[in-house]
Amino acid sequence: MSARSETMLWIAQRATAALLALCVLVHLATMIVAVRGGLTATEILGRTRGNVGWAMFYGVFVLAVAIHAPIGLRTVAGEWLQWRGHAADACCAAIGVLLLALGGLAVAAVTL
Amino acid sequence: MSSDLDVDVWRGDAQGAYRRYQVPRQDAQTVLDVVTWIQRRLDPTLAYRFACRVGMCGSCAMTVNGKARWSCRTHVAKVAQDNRLTIAPLANLPIVRDLVTDMREFFDKWARAKGQFSPTATRRDDFARVVPTSPARMEIDAAIECIGCGICYASCDVVAWNPAYLGPAALNRAWTLINDSRAGDQAVRLAAVAGDAGCHACHTQSTCTERCPKLLSPTASIAGLKRATARAALKGEL
Repeated sequence: MSARSETMLWIAQRATAALLALCVLVHLATMIVAVRGGLTATEILGRTRGNVGWAMFYGVFVLAVAIHAPIGLRTVAGEWLQWRGHAADACCAAIGVLLLALGGLAVAAVTL
Repeated sequence: MSSDLDVDVWRGDAQGAYRRYQVPRQDAQTVLDVVTWIQRRLDPTLAYRFACRVGMCGSCAMTVNGKARWSCRTHVAKVAQDNRLTIAPLANLPIVRDLVTDMREFFDKWARAKGQFSPTATRRDDFARVVPTSPARMEIDAAIECIGCGICYASCDVVAWNPAYLGPAALNRAWTLINDSRAGDQAVRLAAVAGDAGCHACHTQSTCTERCPKLLSPTASIAGLKRATARAALKGEL
């Protein structure tokens, strides 16, 4: 991989880290506030279904995770398993696609 | 200072072992004094490096009680625990014999990081004017006093995990040149220090900065390289 590509991966990971810090805070605060007094799944779905705002928020959340996690896993594979090169890159990219698909399905399930 | 020190010294190559020596304690005794006493009084076959004895040349670095240190400026009183010292060669470098490591890879990485000054002016040009208080010159001042001892390199976990990683000293050197208005080949230098073997591999653990005997901060230099390479990549100049 070229120096430019590796630098762009680093930028992408740092940018998504900043985004995730915000997303996680909002997510945790929402959970704590939403369940005060008890909530059922039906009530939650009643609030999230058809809500464009939550769909966009969790869509961005999932996208950031799908970018951030595989870049980090690529570093872990290189440093801890000494596994580097095209096969490692492809495996980490596949994990990113998987996270995007699973996360996207979850977001769709609660917002559509 | 009448008691003896129990000193375990690494002997042999990578398959070697520690050997114990008894060395008398003395006032203001340095670790280099201890090693020299062993070589001159107990075992003349002990191999180690030193030159200046005053913290300038960077040749006497060793692992002392588990941490890389410059032996000529490390007082025994500061590091001995229960009158015991364990002295080994620097980590992350091949052992030649006893306390001597093969420093070739360490210095080859300086070259790979484009640590050589490549001038943009000729002898017919006027002297370059570098304002001492300019931000670039002050960045250089903060990083330029490296003596090439290898302590940061031996202390860096990323070097241990990723043998291609250029290491703190080479990247620190590159950062001084990136800030040098007289230096050429800057695009080549930025490309050389970017990526998985360069500044982006650094985890900012700062062990290099904690251990640097000259109190430099390779971590800050590497952070500067990360910013410079990121800017260049976003502009399409990398």
